[in-house]
Amino acid sequence: MSNEIDLNRRKALKAGGGMGLLALFGGLSLLRPTDALAEWNKAAFTSKAMDEALTGLGATAPESNATAIQLTVPEIAENGSVVPVTVSSSLANVEQISILVDKNPNVLAASFTLPQGTEALVTTRVKMGQTANVVAIVKADGKFYRTAKEVKVTAGGCGG
Amino acid sequence: MANPMKIRATAKEGVTEVKILMQHDMETGLRKEADGTLVPAWFITEVKAQYQGRTVMEAQFGQSVSKNPYLLFRFKGGTAGEKVSVSWVDNKGESRTDEATIAA
Repeated sequence: MSNEIDLNRRKALKAGGGMGLLALFGGLSLLRPTDALAEWNKAAFTSKAMDEALTGLGATAPESNATAIQLTVPEIAENGSVVPVTVSSSLANVEQISILVDKNPNVLAASFTLPQGTEALVTTRVKMGQTANVVAIVKADGKFYRTAKEVKVTAGGCGG
Repeated sequence: MANPMKIRATAKEGVTEVKILMQHDMETGLRKEADGTLVPAWFITEVKAQYQGRTVMEAQFGQSVSKNPYLLFRFKGGTAGEKVSVSWVDNKGESRTDEATIAA
């Protein structure tokens, strides 16, 4: 972790003065070049444990519900670098869908905010370091729901 | 400027499906170079898709999203010939916006 900060600092100093500060603080999400985006949820995205990540999302006690959430993942992922994940929900008024991988160094992979009129469905691809559970969290009408599926990974893809 | 995204938007029966393939290395910050030094974390943190001035999707990504992030979603409405625009920002403050015309 300190290596990363040193590198950023070196780059910041190279870039010089104010611009350097911009690069450093930009990395810490304190300054936003494009506005009107909700601030990146640093607390949730830097969490190393599932409970911490869920707290960061505001989902402290999600209700397990495997019928309300449809989570599609491969049973076995040959390549842990690209694991396709689809989450959809039959619940009404879905506001948010989040995807987590419980054994990843960074547990929360992605979080989607769905405005009115957008279907409760997202597909993306995540990295998995090892066999783990992919967890889908859905927020509907202010309440959180959860389901999970195990994905076996033959070749890990987090780069560690 | 960063490499362009590939965006495919198709409208069918009142719903527009949008598929996006972003071009980004998405470094986790955990990968080591041959000499043992860590490659710094560099990844897209936020994505926003808009149609006719309204946001149809907002996403926040962490280091666990794959390289060249793929995203598929659907929104109600959307007319063939109109444009969908997608923007992303990464943790270094770089950004990219691309547009695609909705196909029938």
